[in-house]
Formats: sequence, C-alpha cells, structure tokens
Amino acid sequence: MAKTVDQYLDDLRGTRVWRSIFRSGTGSSTLKRALAIQQNVFLHLFSTKVRTRMLSFSATWYLGTLTLGTFLILVATGIPLMFYYHPSVPQAYADTKDLQFVVSSGLFLRNLHRWSAHAMVFLVFAHMFKVFYRGAYRTPREFNWVIGVILLLMTLLLSYTGYLLPWDQLAYWAITVGSNIASAVPVMGEKIHFLLLGGNAVNANALLRFYVLHCMILPLAAMFFVAIHFWRIRKDGGLYSHDSEPAALRANVATDAAPAKEAQ
Amino acid sequence: MSDSKDFTAGVDSNAKKSPRRIVFITRRTSAQVKAETEDQVQTFPEVLFRAAVAVMTLAVVLVWIALMFNAPLEGLADPSHTPNPAKAPWYFLGLQEMLHYFPPVVAGVLVPGLVVMALIVIPYFKVNIEADGLFLKDRQLRLRIFYVGASALSLFLLLFKIYAALVPTLIMAGVMLVAAQSSPQSSSAFRRYLAARPLSYWVMTWFLFELVVLTAIGTFFRGAGWAFVWPWLG
Repeated sequence: MAKTVDQYLDDLRGTRVWRSIFRSGTGSSTLKRALAIQQNVFLHLFSTKVRTRMLSFSATWYLGTLTLGTFLILVATGIPLMFYYHPSVPQAYADTKDLQFVVSSGLFLRNLHRWSAHAMVFLVFAHMFKVFYRGAYRTPREFNWVIGVILLLMTLLLSYTGYLLPWDQLAYWAITVGSNIASAVPVMGEKIHFLLLGGNAVNANALLRFYVLHCMILPLAAMFFVAIHFWRIRKDGGLYSHDSEPAALRANVATDAAPAKEAQ
Repeated sequence: MSDSKDFTAGVDSNAKKSPRRIVFITRRTSAQVKAETEDQVQTFPEVLFRAAVAVMTLAVVLVWIALMFNAPLEGLADPSHTPNPAKAPWYFLGLQEMLHYFPPVVAGVLVPGLVVMALIVIPYFKVNIEADGLFLKDRQLRLRIFYVGASALSLFLLLFKIYAALVPTLIMAGVMLVAAQSSPQSSSAFRRYLAARPLSYWVMTWFLFELVVLTAIGTFFRGAGWAFVWPWLG
C-alpha cells in the first residue's frame, strides 16, 4: 500500500536531522504534546496545559492573540519598508512617494503597515478593557497588568514615532502638536521637548531619532516585555487562575467541578 | 509509632484530563489537599491551532483593508505652512480635545499622568478585589458620597462649559442612580446586573465612555480653529 502524506511527514519527523533540530521528538501522545511546548524556547513561555474554559471565545475574544498578530504583521511589513527608506530630509518623503508609485507592491506594504498599526492600538485598548471587565488583573496577576500598561504605552509610542516617518504635512504637524505637549511639563518641559526632537522644532534630527526609536529600540523593548507578559501568564497560574477568582465565584466553581465529593 | 500504616492513600483517577494525583492523608495531621479538578486541555494543539486561525483571519481582514484603502499621504512637510486644524494621531485626539478646554499642563501632563497612575494601581486597590455591588453595603453613606461627587464633577464641567465631557458624566450618573435603586432581588435581569457592579466598574466605564466620546469628537467633529463642525457638511 502506498504511503499517505501523513506517513511521509512522520518519517521526516523521525529522521536524525529533524530530531537534532526539534528536541521534543515525534508522536502525538500527551507526553509528546507537552514536550512540544515545554522543549521549545519560544513556546515554553506558555504552560503545557490550559483550563478548557479559556478556549471559549467569550473568555478572551482572542484580543491578546490578535494584538500579537498585528505586531507580527507590523514586523513582517516593516522590515521590507526599511529597505526602501532613508531617514533624511527631504529624501524620506521621496522614498514614501516611491513606495506609493514605483516600488512593486510598495503601496500594499505601506497600506498594510499603516492599517495594522491602527488595528494594534485599537486592539491593545480593547484587550485592556476586556481584562479589566473580566477581573483578570486580580491577585496573583497584578504585576502582569502593570506590564500590560507598560506595553500599552509602548504601543502608543511605536505608533507615534512611526507617524512622523513619511515626512508629509500630516506627519509633520501631528508630531508638532503632540511634542508641544511635552513642553508643558513643569520645570523641565523645554528640556524634554529638546531631548525628544533633537532640536527646538521637528526637523531632520527628530526624524532620525524617531526612526531609530521606531525601528530599533521600541520594537526590541516591546518584544522583551511581551515575552515577560506571556511568561507571567504561566507563572501566575494561567487564565481562570483559581486564586484570582472572587471568593463567591470560587465557591461556585468548586461545587460545579466536584459534585461527586458532595454526594459522598 | 503503631504497627499499622499511619496514613490512607487515595487516587484521583481521571488520568485523561488531569495528571494522576495520589494523596496521602496521615491520621494525625489530616492534611487537606487543595486540588483543582477543572478540565484541562493540551496547549499543543488545542490552543496553538486556535491562535493560528485567529491570527490568519486577522491577516486576511487586514490584507483586504490594505488592498481596498490607501494610507493617507499629503504634500511634503512644510514648517511654514500650518494646516488648520493640525491634528494629532486619532488615539491622542481625546487629549487634544481636552487641550481645547484646559491649559496644556493640565490636559497634556496632569490628566494623562493621573490616568496612567490610576491604571497601574488598579490591581493593588482593595476596592476592586471585593467585587461587591457599590450600593449594597452602607447604602445611605455611599449614596451621599455619590451625590456629592457626581454633582461636584458635573458643576465643574458645566462651569468650564465642557459639554462633551458633561453629557457622558450625566448619563453615567443616571445609570448609577438606577443601579442604586436596584437590588439582587430586582425583577429585571439588567437591574440585577447593575446592582452587582462594584465601584471600580463604574469608574472604568465612565473613563471608557469619556475616552470614546472625546476621541470621536476630536476626530470627526472638529474643523478649522477647532470649531465644532458636522462631519457630513464638508
């Protein structure tokens, strides 16, 4: 009998090379599936098992997952955009125009990057309010909420620094309006304003600073905090962590989950 | 001590759903085992595949949007030509709307600073964790505090003619009054729901309401000189 595709894939997973790359090995036993998470440097941020309740759509609306999705799309579109962009005045604007009219699929790349950025800001806010109304910030998950607030601010900064890069009227004046607020800080407002822009007004220095922040510093910092954010979900007991439910609710769950014990 | 065994053993046998737990209870200490017996599933494949489907669906939607709508691109930046109005990105337009009413140090520094501080302390603030209905305990006292707080805030907003923030405040105060007149024994499910909402719920919902209204007004209803305009009239 001819082999099926699945059997070929199984053979592939059994080869010495495959086994040297992926530590967990083949098979679909509970152990192997647990190892697939636990033995992977990225996936081991997550727990190997989760409560069945967290799978339902209403539990999370998948807002955290979708936020990560927009971040991945932004990285995937942002890197090719960087290939066609010089952070200098007025070349930045000419490059953006080229992306619009000359570069193959440049228009699509820029559109996708722009709309994904807006979607990410919206999803981060939605995620925060969903977590709040679910009460998922309760002990022992307080600090993960704080990391979430940091990530919210980072998302806003990422979007804000990216806003300047096309160097058109919209970008220039939006950043001028926004950065003027920094001047209002008591005592050292002007200093902060100068530090942010590398000058007293939005100029070529500001463009370079925003470019470095947008493409280098903020994405790396965001990835760092996202990793902690995910890891803390596991360390703090996961979604529907028993300790984090209000006392009244916890009593209900206990009786729902163990009706047999009451009967005894 | 004695010659017989000093403990009893039990096994939680639902091995497919949870790891096998064996409990030893000694006669003298009668240990209590706090076990969670909730159903669990494997992260791989149950969660990862769902996450992949969710992200792919998102990607399809965003690609469709990117194919249908072009990102805005205006003329080359010109420091000598200020557009009217000059608007910040949409997520800052709630703040920019407040800059219209308050000096920059209040609207641009104090308010956002306080909002961030408030967000950070949420999980450390005892009142959130109680999760009791706001008006279910100490009803008279809490009602009095609510009346004073809500009228003071409304008067303040009225005094500065900030109708954009006043209207959501009044609507929220109205809903809270309904909540105060409701109890867990109310006949309608909606009123039972309102009666059970804690203080943190009301503060956050008021904040969300203001955020949406101010951002929407800043985005759609502000024209030249930050004057009020109807978006459909040009």
